[in-house]
Amino acid sequence: MSRKSWQGLILVAAGAAGTAALLGLADNYVLRLATTVGMYAALALAWNLVGGYAGYPSFATAAFFGLGAYTAGVLQSAVSLPFPLAWPAAAAVAAAFAAALGGAILHLRGHYFAIASLVVADVLRELTNMWTDVTGGGMGLNLPLLDVGGVAGQARFYFLAMGLMAALATLLTWWTDRGRLGMALRCIEQNENAAQVIGLDTRRAKAAALTLSGLIAGGTGAVYASWVTYIDPTDVYDVLLSVKPILMALLGGVGTVAGPIVGALAFLALEEVLWRNVLEFHAGLLGLLVVLLVLFLPDGLRALRRRAAAGG
Amino acid sequence: MGTLLRFAGVARRFGGILALAGIDLEIRQGEIVGVIGPNGAGKTTLVNAATGVHRPTAGEVHFEGRRIDRLRPDQIARLGVARTFQIVQPFPRMSVLENVAAAALFSGGARSLSQARDQARETLAFCGLQEREALPAAALSLAGRKRLELAKSLAMRPRLLFLDEVNAGLNPAEMDAALALIRATAARGIAIVLIEHLMKVVMQASHRIVVLHQGRLIADGAPDAIVRDPAVIQAYLGNRYAQRHGTQATP
Repeated sequence: MSRKSWQGLILVAAGAAGTAALLGLADNYVLRLATTVGMYAALALAWNLVGGYAGYPSFATAAFFGLGAYTAGVLQSAVSLPFPLAWPAAAAVAAAFAAALGGAILHLRGHYFAIASLVVADVLRELTNMWTDVTGGGMGLNLPLLDVGGVAGQARFYFLAMGLMAALATLLTWWTDRGRLGMALRCIEQNENAAQVIGLDTRRAKAAALTLSGLIAGGTGAVYASWVTYIDPTDVYDVLLSVKPILMALLGGVGTVAGPIVGALAFLALEEVLWRNVLEFHAGLLGLLVVLLVLFLPDGLRALRRRAAAGG
Repeated sequence: MGTLLRFAGVARRFGGILALAGIDLEIRQGEIVGVIGPNGAGKTTLVNAATGVHRPTAGEVHFEGRRIDRLRPDQIARLGVARTFQIVQPFPRMSVLENVAAAALFSGGARSLSQARDQARETLAFCGLQEREALPAAALSLAGRKRLELAKSLAMRPRLLFLDEVNAGLNPAEMDAALALIRATAARGIAIVLIEHLMKVVMQASHRIVVLHQGRLIADGAPDAIVRDPAVIQAYLGNRYAQRHGTQATP
């Protein structure tokens, strides 16, 4: 077996063992943290497909997340659709939206694409605010509490649901990485003009990456909405939902399968430590971390290992 | 032999500059056509008009009887028109093998990545790059990168290949090797359009030479006839070249 498939196997085994251990041993606080890791990992993987593999700096993750959350919320509260149908439906809506968005803005490159993708969440937030009849507007939206067995049952259920989203995102990324689409995205990232000249339909490949990104982020938003049972536009269209996944992917290494997962873990650990110890200035320190990361570790934590190997 | 590519009245304007002013030209199956002309004559624009990089402002381009001047570059590439760039365009952080495999995958008819890699290995062997397949493309020398450009184009299994200054910047030994490679490529039945500044290469390799000057096609004929054409001498070759060539041609 190749080194890559060993790494994959170890990742799967570690994930399964970790999940089992947490379900058996952890208290609700640890489970909540683990659920957040799952959510962060899924979002970082979603961004990584567009931002990492294709090299298109997307800030649309929050838009897909919020759209997924609201679609799932409205379907469950207004139409009383059960969650096993509402979640996939929300993911599909976000994916379709991402595909359409891709057609509109993926011909832009670099900064222009970044800015165009950044405003999408703002537009959706305002639309959600205005469409009071359906979304509840600024008042927010309450979701039905799922009957999955008290507080402890809830914690376990959402830990598993987010874990499943992360696993799904990992699977999609792995499948992309080793196949035709991954090759296409890597070509686009390294030289888009040359990619077109060798006969690659770059528009289709980029749109496919953005659609997968929308699918994952939208599904994650749907699970999140049920988890917190109350969503409002400022919460689910928060720009931090676009920025944090980028940091995680940068931290772990962009354009890889494992990078965003490792990055999500590292990021949450940092966030918890900072939040606990420097409550007033934790956002400032997070900002400082970003600066240091971009300046000294543009290739992520992997570079440390490589440097250690080169030095020793 | 049948016509492969046909330019009919192709013009291309960039703002106030007419880079191509109504070009009529046919490329036939299996031939090597040299395109010469001074800097800014419109040679690269001609390639760009045929490969979908620039849409002609007027006129039409047909490939195997099908109009292609409204198609995107990737569509034209998949039809069987490949090109190399004057300034090489590798995927720098991908290995030499992956560079060529990508071309085989998206235009060379490979059904899977492993099949694409097999096809890429064949092409690399043909181009003499097989020992460097694991290197990142950025690690190759200029001559190596030019070879890689050619390997990428060949992996697309084209019917027609534009070579835009593949010999520029090469030393004489590298140039001889490149020339042999171009001939071997043509022997596979691929028509070649050779954009070139080096007269020695064009004269040795081409079956036919066309001359561009200020966006116009001023001559089209056999190499020996071209170098004696007064219009070509005046526009491009200069009298000294004509004299030297003349003394060699007529003993």
